[in-house]
Amino acid sequence: MDTGTIIIGLTIFVLACFAGAELIAKVPPTLHTPLMSGSNAISGIAILGALLATGYPESFSSVSALGFLAVIFASINVVGGYMVTHRMLQMFKK
Amino acid sequence: MAPAAFIQTTEKYVNPMSNHSINFIYLVSATLFMLGIKYLSSPRTAKRGNILSMIGMAAAIGTTMATPGLHGFTLIITGMIIGAVIGGYTAIKIKMTAMPEMVALFNGCGGAASALVALAEFQSNTGGLDSFTLTTLLLSLIIGGLTFTGSLMAYAKLQGLIPTRPVTYPGQQVVNGIIVLATVALSWFLFQNPTSILALSGIIILSLGLGVLAVIPIGGADMPVIICLLNSYSGLAVSMTGFALKNNALIITGSLVGASGIFLTKIMCDAMNRSLSNVLFSAFGQVVESTDDSEEGPTGSMKGFEVEDVATILTNAGSLIIVPGYGMAAAQAQHATRELGDYLGDQGVEVRYAIHPVAGRMPGHMNVLLAEADVPYEQLFALEDINDDFSSTDVVLVIGANDVVNPAAKSNPSSPIYGMPVLDVEKATTVIVLKRSMSVGFAGIENELFYKDNTMMLFGDAKSSLQKLVAAMK
Repeated sequence: MDTGTIIIGLTIFVLACFAGAELIAKVPPTLHTPLMSGSNAISGIAILGALLATGYPESFSSVSALGFLAVIFASINVVGGYMVTHRMLQMFKK
Repeated sequence: MAPAAFIQTTEKYVNPMSNHSINFIYLVSATLFMLGIKYLSSPRTAKRGNILSMIGMAAAIGTTMATPGLHGFTLIITGMIIGAVIGGYTAIKIKMTAMPEMVALFNGCGGAASALVALAEFQSNTGGLDSFTLTTLLLSLIIGGLTFTGSLMAYAKLQGLIPTRPVTYPGQQVVNGIIVLATVALSWFLFQNPTSILALSGIIILSLGLGVLAVIPIGGADMPVIICLLNSYSGLAVSMTGFALKNNALIITGSLVGASGIFLTKIMCDAMNRSLSNVLFSAFGQVVESTDDSEEGPTGSMKGFEVEDVATILTNAGSLIIVPGYGMAAAQAQHATRELGDYLGDQGVEVRYAIHPVAGRMPGHMNVLLAEADVPYEQLFALEDINDDFSSTDVVLVIGANDVVNPAAKSNPSSPIYGMPVLDVEKATTVIVLKRSMSVGFAGIENELFYKDNTMMLFGDAKSSLQKLVAAMK
């Protein structure tokens, strides 16, 4: 990977960390649990990598098998995380 | 060295033409995730935020599925259905009181996914990875792996499948240190011999083992911190995968999750006045120190009262502050708590709730349970907002809270929790404590509050005690 690519990647990473910290500091304690489960749900974004790993090989291989497992785990994370967060937030709706 | 190279997501799968549109959708997704968190700043907009975040996720997944040259859709969709059914079913079935372990479990799945993606990337590029990609993939593999097993351990501890008390053995930290060093050594070896399956397997096993061994010595009461920390690790693992795959969506999202996890970890540690390393390495709550080392123990005796006596005190109160703790969650007593609060509120008593930041097993745990029971969030007050009001309050009702109301944190420098900010409940005219038994709390320390003259103990299951109290008052 060339250095320019690495630098841009790191730039995105650092800026996103600061943006994230700013946003999160404004979440009130009442909503800390939904924050946790909600941010947990978006960490299931690893599913993108899982989809590519599963779908890249021309035929079934060890790579697509690993990708398939990753798809399952990431889907649990995404679907479970969002639904649990939704369930919790519904209680706050008044 | 063209910076534009970075825009090319996963160029080996995709023709460059479609890369820009894919990356643009990823940017939209990342923006929606950030808006989702922004809307969490108020309970009124929070639900909308979660839906925006879901849309962002759906868009990212949909775009990736449309990547030209992708096959194996049967496999992909089967995997997604299996995961969605498992995740959805547990999310619907889980009791609100079991939310901490649920979050831990989902988090572990995220860690596992990152590690597996990293492993797949190793498999498809054996020997052909540059050192930056190799480093990020290894980090993703190691962090993802230890997040997976660490989260499973946190889950097992919270479910009571394994002892919640810290499990320690001589030389524990030396063993963990050796494992870390061995992982580093094997990683270095892998750099020299990128095709070594043995080194790769060794790294996987060590990282999985490290997750188990690092969580074992941590007590149940410290699990909120661990869950937050593991949450941040899973984000970090995702970012690392993103670096390796040159995928902006993963880098941005991972850093958001990482930041949120670290932020909550810090809040938890501050609320206990302990450092993160103290939480991680001190096996807090394991040793019940011999109380007779000239340090005077609590004086007086615990006074158990009958339901009728307590009910009389409550009906005569003008103001009441309810302090819930993990005991309320364990007894599923949040609805009974609300009933009592509502009844007294209708009688003209000023009812408020004081929420300690580390009450329960997760940040905001008590808030969620009380929201489930329909307690208006205007009645919930954080420690710093209500602590001055205890002295002017008639009655405090402590429901299954212990360490967060222990005055020793202020008065006894030799107490393990000395310096931790606690609720000054003892300043109220009368303190009623609902407690299951006479035993010590999770930190394994005596609570002199229970022995004070203005404290009334009501022993028994919190839920049935509350129901009896309401019945007695009516």
